[in-house]
Amino acid sequence: MRRSYRRIFSKRCDTVKKVSKKTRNEWCWAWFMVAPTIIGLIVLNIIPIFQTLYLSFFKSGAFGKGNIFVGLDNYRRMFADGQVWHAVKNTIGYTCMVVPITIVIALLMAVALNGRLKGKGIYRTIYFVPMVAAPAAVTMVWKWLYNNQYGLINHVLNKVGIDSVNWIDDPQIALLSISIIGIWSTIGYSMVLLLAGLQEIPRDYYEASDIDGASKVKQFFSITVPLVSPTLFFVLVTSIITAMQVFDVIYMMIDVTSPSYDNTVSLVYLFYNNSFKYSDKGYGSAIVMLLLMIIMVITVIQTKLQKKWVNYM
Amino acid sequence: MERKRKISTLLLHIVLIMGAFVMVLPFLWMVLTALKTVSESTSMNPFVFFPKTMQWENFQIVIQQNDFIRLYFNTFTMMVLRVLCAVLFSAMAAYAFARLEFPGKNFLFGLVLFQMMVPAQIFVVPQYLMVDKMGFRNTVFALVFPGLVSAFGTFLMRQFFMGLPKELEESARLDGCNIWQTFWKVMLPLTKSGLVALGIFTALFSFKDLMWPLIVNSDSDAATLSSALAKISSAYSVNYPQLMAAAVLAVWPMMLIYIIFQRQFIEGIATSGGKL
Repeated sequence: MRRSYRRIFSKRCDTVKKVSKKTRNEWCWAWFMVAPTIIGLIVLNIIPIFQTLYLSFFKSGAFGKGNIFVGLDNYRRMFADGQVWHAVKNTIGYTCMVVPITIVIALLMAVALNGRLKGKGIYRTIYFVPMVAAPAAVTMVWKWLYNNQYGLINHVLNKVGIDSVNWIDDPQIALLSISIIGIWSTIGYSMVLLLAGLQEIPRDYYEASDIDGASKVKQFFSITVPLVSPTLFFVLVTSIITAMQVFDVIYMMIDVTSPSYDNTVSLVYLFYNNSFKYSDKGYGSAIVMLLLMIIMVITVIQTKLQKKWVNYM
Repeated sequence: MERKRKISTLLLHIVLIMGAFVMVLPFLWMVLTALKTVSESTSMNPFVFFPKTMQWENFQIVIQQNDFIRLYFNTFTMMVLRVLCAVLFSAMAAYAFARLEFPGKNFLFGLVLFQMMVPAQIFVVPQYLMVDKMGFRNTVFALVFPGLVSAFGTFLMRQFFMGLPKELEESARLDGCNIWQTFWKVMLPLTKSGLVALGIFTALFSFKDLMWPLIVNSDSDAATLSSALAKISSAYSVNYPQLMAAAVLAVWPMMLIYIIFQRQFIEGIATSGGKL
């Protein structure tokens, strides 16, 4: 198997006669080494992008057989579909709640753990724990904590004299409940990344400003934030992209029949339901193209804005 | 001054301990509930925090009704295969992109970057159709399929290779190693921390993945821990101790691995993020 693979490549190389033998040798090795990844990427990722685009112009026939070309109908339907607009609103709402809160808390914690604090290793380990649990399991536990009648959270609230909150089935609250799970499970990840960024900042900067009599708050805003801004930018970009693709928690917590469905369904959840639950892969593909567009726009805006606040040393 | 610092350290500890408590509370509650009887779990007056006697049979029942051995096998085979593929292929491609000159290099590396910028859901339907057409649904291969290669891994490993000194490989080449030997025997061992980081990253995210196994392996004996939980969650609905027992069974292996290798985990995640 391996040998025939190499033979194909050496044949390809023989056709390039103009260059020296040594360079040719290097080319062949290089092609051989990138081949698995590149072939894999083309088959698994690049072609599927075009297939998804292609599918979005079709209506899936019964049993997935015989797709009918419908032109831009899926897109027209999408822009008239109230549920899609709900999903856009919910996805952006979720992102706007989870990302800023996570990053602020994670940054403060990272700063706290960056000093000479005793037991900082233990804190770091504990804060990261939610990251290693499967979202499916985590959501099951939170759903139980949120339970209207028997949940721990409502019990504690009642004890301190607050009425029970209908965390899951109240359409006004459900997205907040989901965001809390999102924040809880990603704080550790952002914190670990930011902590790594903080450790790159030379200690002398702080010592010098200590001598100058700068307060801790002043140090935070004029040394820590500017110098950690490249890491902060990375964490911000990846957090936003991850949050825009939220699926697991909502899928596990909110059923299609739930009264909160319209107020919590995300674009990816809607894509999943249309593509696989209702087997309308054409419409599902149109939704995923919309998600792609939104993420692209956000990424472009961010790269434009980064010049304003990110300091590369 | 000294006293003031002590107080602020103490306050900091109190805040951090409260934070830590919030982080572990759901897991604690999960384990405690898993060991209760159904009536204990739903008793409000008095509210039961600790079970009177540990109800270990909750676990027995869940294991009997769901083939957890099978789920562990599926999940871990998937993780191991994905890690091996991602690490090997990414390291190979990354070395070529970092150190070799060849026609098409920039274009091909552009493909790698392009893949990383696109949301993964865009690949899902065509990948599903491919697996379906090949007749591989409900197999371990189907679980591994989207992870056969890794653009992220290629990018990450390239950063590691670029950080290594050029002199090393030049002397290896002078000593008569060919390109493959230079890569395999000299350069690859030097990127061990990168390989570990990529391995942990790949293992963690394939373990947590829910949508793909849900779509491609709908049979319950081909499911992963995550996708099986999704089914159990809707099937048991009100028996909370058993639901929590299933959740415990699904999270403990990764938790154990994490506790043993916590330093590698955290450093792995930190470097894989920091290198980008």
